[in-house]
Amino acid sequence: MYPEELKYTKEHEWLRLEDGRLARVGVTHYAQHQLGDVVFVELPAAGDAVSAGQSIAVVESVKSVSDIYAPVSGRIVEVNSALEDQPELINEDPYGRGWIAVIEMDDPGQADGLLTAAEYKAHIGEA
Amino acid sequence: MTASAEEPKRTPLAGRHLELGARMIEFAGFWMPVQYSGVLAEHRAVRTAAGLFDLCHMGELRFEGPDAAENLQQLTTNDVFRLEPGKGQYTLLCNERGGVVDDCLLYRLGPRDYLLVVNAANTDKVREWARARLRGRVTLRDESSETALIAVQGPRSQTIVGRALEQDFSDLPSFWARTVHAHGAAILVSRTGYTGEDGFELYLDAEAAANLWDRLLQVGQADGLVPAGLGARDTLRLEARLPLYGNELTEEISPLEAGLGFAVKFDKGDFVGREALLAQQERGAARRLIGFEMLERGVPRHGYPIVHQGREVGWVTSGSFSPTLEKEIGMGYVPAALALEAGAEISVDIRGRLRRARVVEGRFLPRP
Repeated sequence: MYPEELKYTKEHEWLRLEDGRLARVGVTHYAQHQLGDVVFVELPAAGDAVSAGQSIAVVESVKSVSDIYAPVSGRIVEVNSALEDQPELINEDPYGRGWIAVIEMDDPGQADGLLTAAEYKAHIGEA
Repeated sequence: MTASAEEPKRTPLAGRHLELGARMIEFAGFWMPVQYSGVLAEHRAVRTAAGLFDLCHMGELRFEGPDAAENLQQLTTNDVFRLEPGKGQYTLLCNERGGVVDDCLLYRLGPRDYLLVVNAANTDKVREWARARLRGRVTLRDESSETALIAVQGPRSQTIVGRALEQDFSDLPSFWARTVHAHGAAILVSRTGYTGEDGFELYLDAEAAANLWDRLLQVGQADGLVPAGLGARDTLRLEARLPLYGNELTEEISPLEAGLGFAVKFDKGDFVGREALLAQQERGAARRLIGFEMLERGVPRHGYPIVHQGREVGWVTSGSFSPTLEKEIGMGYVPAALALEAGAEISVDIRGRLRRARVVEGRFLPRP
């Protein structure tokens, strides 16, 4: 449910470190379960500069509207446009095809301050 | 939430919801299931097969006595005298300004015996509002806590309810109700609903509710019956363009503005709000409830501004992704003077971004 190799935020985003300064971002299993059926995702634009804690996307389920926050500061270099037609990927595969964006980090060290899988599980009471 | 806030009330089916893994929320003071397997799956099951709903939170107010009909004629906008025993009608309670106090179903159960079914959030308000206006030989009893209400909605509902109660309901017309006895319980079976599908609403003693729920689920399984929560109930009623009190209807909005003129019978004589409504009818309502579908992606939500030709002109009352149409739809109020007919283009301000939408007349769905 919460892969060891990922970093997490208290706001239920995950972050996967990729080549160099790149970090792929999405929402956790816990988040998608709480949201219920996702029906719409408002994505950022590639090229947008973002700071940690800033809203970069909006995920809407039938009943709720939720902001997704940038776990780190940097620049959006890629967005998952598949979510425009298949928002349900967030429910079906939150750590895979349900990713939201790739951020090129200003400082790769930022990710060190995020939660580990164990810390995140403790945060959501599943430890 | 404050320390003095009351605990939400549990319906007689609360234990069943927990066993079924429902996600529970507080709604109108009750602890209610918002979803079981998921809103979309439950919604589609009701459109294609059938769904089972716990509606025990709804309020049941019983009016009895020789003057019951006269009193209800005064309290409600529809014509009570048209009700034969066994028939129900959609009706409204209005304040003196013509604003909606509640929208309800009224059944005539016997010659001098009426049942008014009200929205859960309004039960206490309506009871006191009605009680203060009663005249003559009539009693008003609030039977909400001892009455359970279970709905079966969807194209398979007649088969399922018939099998569960071992009776044939093919001869029960829409908006009619009859009491049957099955498995030791008296059940008022009404052919009504809030989903735009054929369906039944079953009223019975709270103590007998869990048995009936289990029996329906058991015999309905073969026909695709699934438990459905408040989430699906909301998307289903929106697609059928049925109003929700608190969204499309409030004490500041009249039935004429909401497009519910069919339930306001001016020719029946006096009733609370008649004068204000008649004046509004004569000069024309200033606002009009429209339906719309989004032309650009984005979910319109309650309270979002409606924009026409660059100007904010109204607000969204309800909006959602429509599981059947697979696009976003909504309803909202706009000035009647704009004469926004079918096909007219508007925009919805979705968190600061204008998204185009188109006015749609009538139900969003084709009739079954």
